Amino acid sequence: MSNRSAATDRPVRRLGFGQQLSRWDVKLSPYLYVSPFFLIFAVTGLFPLLYTAYVSVHEWSLIGGEGDFVGLANFAFTLQNPIFWTALRNTLSIFLLSTIPQLVLAITIAAVLDTNLRAKTFWRMGVLVPYVLTPVAVSLVFTFMFADRLGIVNNLIQSVGLPPVAWHSDPFASHVAIATMVNFRWTGYNALIFLAAMQAVPRDYHEAAMIDGANAVRRFFSITIPSLRPTIIFVVITSTIGGLQIFDEPTLYDQYGRGGNDKQWLTITMLIQNTGWRENGNFGRAAAIAWLLFLIILLIGLINLAITRSISGTGVPRSRRVRRAVSR
Amino acid sequence: MTAERERLAAPRPRRRMRGFNHRTGFGGYAYLILVLLVAAYPLWYAFTISTGDAQTITQRSLWIWPGENFLTNVQRVLTNSAVDFWNALLNSLIVSTTVAFFVVVFSTLAGFAFARLNFRGRRGLLVFVIATMAVPTQLAVVPLYIVMANLQLAGTIWAVIIPALTSAFGVFWMTQYLEQTLPPELIEAARIDGASMIRVFWHVGLPAARPAAAMLALFTFIQTWTNFFWPFIVLDKDSRTLPVALQALANNFFDDYSLIMAGVVLSIIPLLLLFVLAGKQLVEGIMSGAVKG
Repeated sequence: MSNRSAATDRPVRRLGFGQQLSRWDVKLSPYLYVSPFFLIFAVTGLFPLLYTAYVSVHEWSLIGGEGDFVGLANFAFTLQNPIFWTALRNTLSIFLLSTIPQLVLAITIAAVLDTNLRAKTFWRMGVLVPYVLTPVAVSLVFTFMFADRLGIVNNLIQSVGLPPVAWHSDPFASHVAIATMVNFRWTGYNALIFLAAMQAVPRDYHEAAMIDGANAVRRFFSITIPSLRPTIIFVVITSTIGGLQIFDEPTLYDQYGRGGNDKQWLTITMLIQNTGWRENGNFGRAAAIAWLLFLIILLIGLINLAITRSISGTGVPRSRRVRRAVSR
Repeated sequence: MTAERERLAAPRPRRRMRGFNHRTGFGGYAYLILVLLVAAYPLWYAFTISTGDAQTITQRSLWIWPGENFLTNVQRVLTNSAVDFWNALLNSLIVSTTVAFFVVVFSTLAGFAFARLNFRGRRGLLVFVIATMAVPTQLAVVPLYIVMANLQLAGTIWAVIIPALTSAFGVFWMTQYLEQTLPPELIEAARIDGASMIRVFWHVGLPAARPAAAMLALFTFIQTWTNFFWPFIVLDKDSRTLPVALQALANNFFDDYSLIMAGVVLSIIPLLLLFVLAGKQLVEGIMSGAVKG
């Protein structure tokens, strides 16, 4: 314990009751203040996470509760289940289709927002509107837009003379439709994150480059993009954690929420829900899938980190604090 | 002529301090207008479809101009026997307000302690908090459900409220904010004046934390309001929040698109109102790092 607080700095004479109390106050208060977080996290975060491991090695059903210890049988079943691999494929496909175009779009939007616009606030707020729409509502609207026969998208496609797309029966097309919903909601949000990062790039860099004769495009790729590196890593990692758990959009893509006839758009989180709370309600297997998904997220997070590091090259590292100070 | 050229060559004073770049060209505005149209059209589309009926739903005119049945469809949403929309709205309000309130209180308390108080294990505990941000706790739904079922809370809004009461991100964010804005001298001064720790928190910590706390409340509210996965699993017919009720509506009336879209329109009104009131703060919040993704 340091003696920084004023009460203990003074030469200590005899401590009265009030002073004793005050010392305890100083010692215990910090723990008291941080305890709500740790207590609630222990009960609703840490314990369930560990308990998932316990449930995953047992036979366990929604109705019947805990059954026999079965070792790794739930994991073995899951890994041998072709539906799991289909779900993994779908999840990764939707993830890629939503992350990459979204990054590119968000950065270009941010680059335009970073110019000397009139009515800045209007444009910034405008791109953020989709963020306040519930994913469920967004999904219902887009599901109708992508309806195979009546939908506006197929109607437009046909009106230019192309054959209609099988938005539901074709796996890839269904992934595109679902990724579109994700991109719709998050692109503007991420654009604002990139905008903040761009504004933190010191003007001198651009001016120096301009004097050296670099045009706007050249400056964008040689100064802006490398400076965005920490932000790109941040956005990619958060969208990895969120994107691999995608549930709302594919669940609402039809009225059944089972990922289509051939599980074309079933994702892993949907599989967890379907396994645990539908059909026979198998908690043991659902927990095993949850663990596998956790490992997958961890693995892909690491791969992401490696890729983003090498792509965005050597940037100008900048602390959050500087970024924030400049963007104010 | 030469004077003119010199004037052009000289560095011009900037119109604005920030956003160093050149003036936005026509292309820039065109791009942004396109982006905004794409962002707004699905909303308009949901509205126009909600004004149709079984006959007009297939007509192309409904993609652009509203029909006449909006109020009829709204009434059907509000009075149907399968999904109680008002109840869902009430549940959503209770859940989101409670969660936002407690997240802010607990995060500010913890942030104050981490940022400005000295105690054994401070660094370790803070690292732990940050580490938990990377753990997708959503994956613990199975045991969480078992816990809630054992506590007799499954099927009640408490099952959604309790796990959301704390936020590692909130603690981290408040810690960072208070480290930057709250001078330690202020706390020492208050202590010398004889204030107890809780009074120091109340009169020194809390006022300093107010801007960040408001931001945290706003984002937590929106996040809780839009949340679907866990509420969908654990809530029952009477405790549905709005997104769950909307899903139930779509499930019950799966081929009645005007009705479903009327439900969509109704369900997005509350957050759109919030956006009108606090959109500027949301933009500022995201740009200053109040983000979780």
